[in-house]
Amino acid sequence: MLQRYRFEIGCVVALLACFLITQVELNRFYYFAGFAILQYVLISTAWNILGGYGGYINFGTAGFLGLGTYVAIAMIQWYGAGIIEQIIVAGALAGLLGLGIGYITLRLKGVYFAIATLAIAIVLETFVNNWDYVGGAAGVSILPPRTPELLGITIVDRKGGGIFYNNKEWLFFLMGALAIASVWIARTIEFGKLGRGLNAIKDNEEAAECMGVPTLKLKLIATVISGALMGVAGAVFPSYLTFVDPPTAFNLEFAVNSLAMPMIGGTFTWIGPVVGSILLGTVQQVAIVTISSEINLLIIGLLLVIFVTIAPHGIVGWFMKKNK
Amino acid sequence: MAEALLKVDSVTKNFGGFTALSEVTTEVKAGERFGLIGPNGSGKTTLINCISGTLTNDGGSIIFDGQDLQGMKAHVRTAAGITRTFQIPRPFHSMTIIDNLKIPLEFVSASGRAQTEIRDEAMSILETMGMAEKADEETSGLTQIELRKLELARAIAAKPKLLISDEAMAGLTGNEVDEVTQILINFNEQGMTIIMIEHIMRAVMQFSQRVICLDAGQLIAEGTPDIIQKDKGVERAYLGV
Ligand SMILES: Nc1ncnc2c1ncn2[C@@H]1O[C@H](COP(=O)(O)OP(=O)(O)OP(=O)(O)O)[C@@H](O)[C@H]1O
Ligand SMILES: [Mg+2]
Repeated sequence: MLQRYRFEIGCVVALLACFLITQVELNRFYYFAGFAILQYVLISTAWNILGGYGGYINFGTAGFLGLGTYVAIAMIQWYGAGIIEQIIVAGALAGLLGLGIGYITLRLKGVYFAIATLAIAIVLETFVNNWDYVGGAAGVSILPPRTPELLGITIVDRKGGGIFYNNKEWLFFLMGALAIASVWIARTIEFGKLGRGLNAIKDNEEAAECMGVPTLKLKLIATVISGALMGVAGAVFPSYLTFVDPPTAFNLEFAVNSLAMPMIGGTFTWIGPVVGSILLGTVQQVAIVTISSEINLLIIGLLLVIFVTIAPHGIVGWFMKKNK
Repeated sequence: MAEALLKVDSVTKNFGGFTALSEVTTEVKAGERFGLIGPNGSGKTTLINCISGTLTNDGGSIIFDGQDLQGMKAHVRTAAGITRTFQIPRPFHSMTIIDNLKIPLEFVSASGRAQTEIRDEAMSILETMGMAEKADEETSGLTQIELRKLELARAIAAKPKLLISDEAMAGLTGNEVDEVTQILINFNEQGMTIIMIEHIMRAVMQFSQRVICLDAGQLIAEGTPDIIQKDKGVERAYLGV
């Protein structure tokens, strides 16, 4: 019984842990670092659904993420939307973006898809730069509600009347819940028909098609789910940062990390991106404090080269081989 | 004899300015063992690609089981009953042997059935191919004949009405050729129509009830193995004179 539901129990425990961490009043830096790491768990997991299972490399993570971020900002500006609404709409629109790009380019070879995704971040950033309603190139400040409510329950109250003492803690918990949900989705896909079809596509797309796999349809489904989850990750950003400008939302680092973390952790199974993002996310957070944030891309680049040459199946693949 | 299962009518395929198939017309009857021969580069694989839907023919029509295949995607054709193997085996290399077979089972022939049933089905196909004990092995360690057999087994798992085998015997020893020929005959006896593309004349002539020969994209001969073997045009095509 316990064996069988090990994963589900793990999810509940992780969620509880996220909640307890918000209740112990740590130094604010830890919430900030934890938020960044959890956000990377979500982003890498999202990337891996298409990139790891299906073998289609998406260089446009920053585009999907930035879209989510700016959809949330636009909704706040427009009518002061609540965070849950922002997440839903941002996810839906980022999923639509995935559908559009996928529909145009996924009929072609993987290279064209990769190139198209590379372009979308640039196109979207240029667009936002010129859209004053959401702050344009100068960026925008967001004032989160002082005492947000959800279904009539006070979520945050500085005076102690809510579940969380401050907004950062609540958003840390929310990001934890979203990250866990994404891992659950990725794992469900991996062990289902969609995951097996995507694997066949990755191994040999023409053979997959000839064996009855509707390749275009499966690739589109994967792109939509993957893009939507990236949009969700972006939607929490404005409330968390309270100030966003285009270079932050469309940061190239997202694109690099979202592909490097699964590759270093192991792309063939759900736990790979989780391991990769927790490990590299932690290294990066430590590097930010001890050295500088500029060093991060260098670190990730070096690790990526080392792993691709020494352990092409990532950390998880390396351990699984040792156990055989 | 029975009605035509596959009708290929004036099928033409160009690659740029090069005509790989030029108005090829032929018919394959239900339940038939059909041979397709021709020298290297004569267009055999191209014709298979057009029938299976991995390429689109530029002219002519292909009718399968009374249905025009024009514009139909390859995976839909597989579901309709056409499955092909690849001349150079293309296993799903990250999967075990049995998982390779489970793909067509899950997506086509046993769609919607429980995983345990699908596994049993895959296992029974592997047994008929004499590969049962390899079921849970990776494809990377397979020998040439095992790779060829896996390619066939995976196609058979789709339970096709028409199986197209593209040079399943290339690189095999004499005994292995006989073994694979026998496997194909067994499936034919269970009602599967089979097109065999082969360079090994002994095998294709022994197997086929009817043979066609392509040369430079054109159909140059059609008939029983006896007739084809005596055909001057076929001889000329192969000798290159
Ligand atoms: N995708 C393609 N693009 C361009 N030319 C092609 C393509 N596929 C096949 N050809 C050309 O079409 C001709 C027929 O090729 P095909 O593979 O059909 O021959 P074949 O009869 O199967 O030969 P073999 O016995 O060597 O397998 C060849 O000249 C080949 O170079
Ligand atoms: Mg060929």
